[in-house]
Amino acid sequence: MIMMNLYTRRRIINAAGLVISVLAMAFGLFWLCWILWTLLEHGLPALTPMVFAQMTPPPGSSGGLLNAIAGSLMMTLVGTLIGTPIGILAGTYLAEFGQRGWLAPITRFINDVLLSAPSIVIGLFVYEVYVVHVKHFSGWAGALALAIIVIPIVIRTTENMLRLVPTTLREAAAALGAPQWKIINFITLRAARAGIITGVMLAIARISGETAPLLFTALNNQFWNSNMDQPMANLPVVIFQFAMSPYEDWQKLAWAGALLITLSVLTLNILARVLFRQKAASH
Amino acid sequence: MPTFLREASLKRHTVLDLLFRNLTRVSAFGVLALLMAIIVSLIIGSMPAIRAFGFGFLASSDWDPVSDQFGALIPIVGTLVTSAIALTIAIPVSFGIAIFLTELSPRLLRRPLGVAIELLAGIPSIIYGMWGLFVFAPLFADHVEPWVNDHIGAMPYIGPFFSGPPMGIGVLTAGIILAIMVIPFIASVMRDVFEVVPTLLKESAYGLGATTWEVMWKVVLPYTRIGVVGGIMLGLGRALGETMAVTFVIGNAHELGKSLLMPGNSIASALANEFTEAYGELYTSALIELGLILFFITFVVLSLARYMLYKLGKREGQAA
Amino acid sequence: MNAENTTDPKTIVPKIIVKDLNFYYGNYRALKNINLSIAEKMVTAFIGPSGCGKSTLLRTFNRMYQLYPQQKATGEILLDGANILDKSQDLNMLRARIGMVFQKPTPFPMSIYDNIAFGVKLYENLSKNDMDERVEWALHKAALWTEAKDKLKQSGTGLSGGQQQRLCIARAIAVKPQVLLLDEPTSALDPISTAHIEKLIDELKEDFTIVIVTHNMQQAARVSDYTAYMYLGDLIEFGDTSTVFTNPKRKETEDYITGRFG
Repeated sequence: MIMMNLYTRRRIINAAGLVISVLAMAFGLFWLCWILWTLLEHGLPALTPMVFAQMTPPPGSSGGLLNAIAGSLMMTLVGTLIGTPIGILAGTYLAEFGQRGWLAPITRFINDVLLSAPSIVIGLFVYEVYVVHVKHFSGWAGALALAIIVIPIVIRTTENMLRLVPTTLREAAAALGAPQWKIINFITLRAARAGIITGVMLAIARISGETAPLLFTALNNQFWNSNMDQPMANLPVVIFQFAMSPYEDWQKLAWAGALLITLSVLTLNILARVLFRQKAASH
Repeated sequence: MPTFLREASLKRHTVLDLLFRNLTRVSAFGVLALLMAIIVSLIIGSMPAIRAFGFGFLASSDWDPVSDQFGALIPIVGTLVTSAIALTIAIPVSFGIAIFLTELSPRLLRRPLGVAIELLAGIPSIIYGMWGLFVFAPLFADHVEPWVNDHIGAMPYIGPFFSGPPMGIGVLTAGIILAIMVIPFIASVMRDVFEVVPTLLKESAYGLGATTWEVMWKVVLPYTRIGVVGGIMLGLGRALGETMAVTFVIGNAHELGKSLLMPGNSIASALANEFTEAYGELYTSALIELGLILFFITFVVLSLARYMLYKLGKREGQAA
Repeated sequence: MNAENTTDPKTIVPKIIVKDLNFYYGNYRALKNINLSIAEKMVTAFIGPSGCGKSTLLRTFNRMYQLYPQQKATGEILLDGANILDKSQDLNMLRARIGMVFQKPTPFPMSIYDNIAFGVKLYENLSKNDMDERVEWALHKAALWTEAKDKLKQSGTGLSGGQQQRLCIARAIAVKPQVLLLDEPTSALDPISTAHIEKLIDELKEDFTIVIVTHNMQQAARVSDYTAYMYLGDLIEFGDTSTVFTNPKRKETEDYITGRFG
């Protein structure tokens, strides 16, 4: 009888716990769906061809987001181009040369901390070391801040992916008498290519939505500007400014921009996963 | 065999080996230099404020640009309180999600659901902020806050924390939005951590007749405790430094109210709102010092988080 | 603990002579005073239970252990009279003279052609024509030409396991090494591919000195001229294969060969 009661009690607790965990899952998905739904609801009607054809308007008139889209693309591109090679090289050091010495473990630790460091502080840092000295906000400063965010992400994935490359592949190349720089550049990095590209794509996804580090670096620009040495319009900051404004036209454009950013970030995320999965399956 | 050619390329390879190794080493060193540069530049930038206010900066709730009086208490408290609210909500939910993904989910759904949670983590924070301001806050003001006021607000002791005008925006709203943001981070770390538990260990527990809940609660959780705490700290690091999601909904008021329904401020949102418009050296410097404090707090939290996750990883490595 | 040599010394030209070789993984001594000589253009097999040090011994011949900081070797290994363990011996040069094929096929993530050209390009500046010839020669030698000639530009990872292993052999011999080290080259392959590779080994000894590690005693008996039996880091018996298998001098060898071991 006592056994039975205890058993029933355990089963009830189990059932309750499991129901709660199903609810938790539903809770998580609920927000995802709600946010996406809101974006589509407000963003789709606002997403007219004008968004891609016209510049950001002054308050109270209609316009588009062309300059902001172009600015975002340029700064994301430059930021990725600066950050990726540094990240791959440093990640290579951690995976291939880092068995001995103090540099690798410390770098690995610091990098993992920087990976989740507040991005607004990075904006502050670039402001202090760059914007203050050239005395104006600029696209370069924005790209630099984004590059600093890219580096730790690429370092982490590069190291992880290189560690997945079987040791025998390195040994096989070494057995042919290949020097280490050739083994790494032509064999191991190549074998880890799909994973590293995935990491870079995730880094691009991350920085294309970053707002905080651009506030004090690229600032914003109401007009078309392809000069990286000038303040540069970009989607996240425009969204921030327009969404916080009382003007309905601006808020509409903010929704359109928000939908654009989210779609591109999610697409990049999904693409990266699909690509990595295909590559992983073919090996 | 063309020995002369081999000799020639040999020298070249030795030089290139050396060059390449040092190039990667310099890049790795760059990460350390970057951290140093961040710390040093923030300290230099905040020197005027440090000189003017000393340690009193941390304890003062003044924030008056007109008379150049600044104190960090309000944004620090705001940052800590919003993060605390976020974790209170996020920890149990993340735990539930992680259990669902590791033990309960049908095999077919496991991957897509895992990806969906990771996608939630991928949504830019500005979207959370916008959604919070335009969608969540009005609903919260109309339907939830009046109820909170009437029921919880009337209770003794905790009542004062939950009473106030239903404005929608405020510290509580910011905490809830933050919770939604950090749930996917904590949940995916927990899931990864749960997956390192040896199948054999779980099977032995099931073999004794333990229920799924008991296996999770009494075997998996104790085994992975360090990693779970590390994951939570990682989420805390995110929450503390999060800017945009908070800036939209916290209300940006330099007031130290008791009620969580009232507007407040966090370090990150103070920076986002005021930095470009700050006039005068002291004002700018005070904001940079806020940034330094934020960096310091998150650095400590994230270091602890990583340390704990490493420890779990190490134990795994030894066991294997 | 070197066993005496049972063949007529006049017919043997030693290619590699190992003298008092000891090997350490950190503090663990994995090889204990090994002495033996490897005959030129013959097949020498190392056999023994797992963990006996046969692969470790093989990997000292091209100093593969040097990739790992914890491992070190003492003693002498003379290749054509020069000590390869000597610090002044250049590693990459050494490895260009001693090719190696591993337990699992290790095609590089590039085309079949580039897999073979990779090693050649390291030390020789061949014209496009000469390189084509070299690739064809190596594929012929490795008995892969007929299967691979139409897909030279395709990825090496797309081949079957046995083909991949022959590609790795082709890649190793394309560099024209003097010695070929085979580390359990068929343990990951099916019986038909194994038979292919064994036939190949027989043909390759025309040109190369071959050392093979195998856990398969029948394979050692089939392909090798000399056999070394190792146990727990000691070389128990070494001699010509027929003697070791039919008339072993030591009880331990006999027990292992007849399956009475452990």
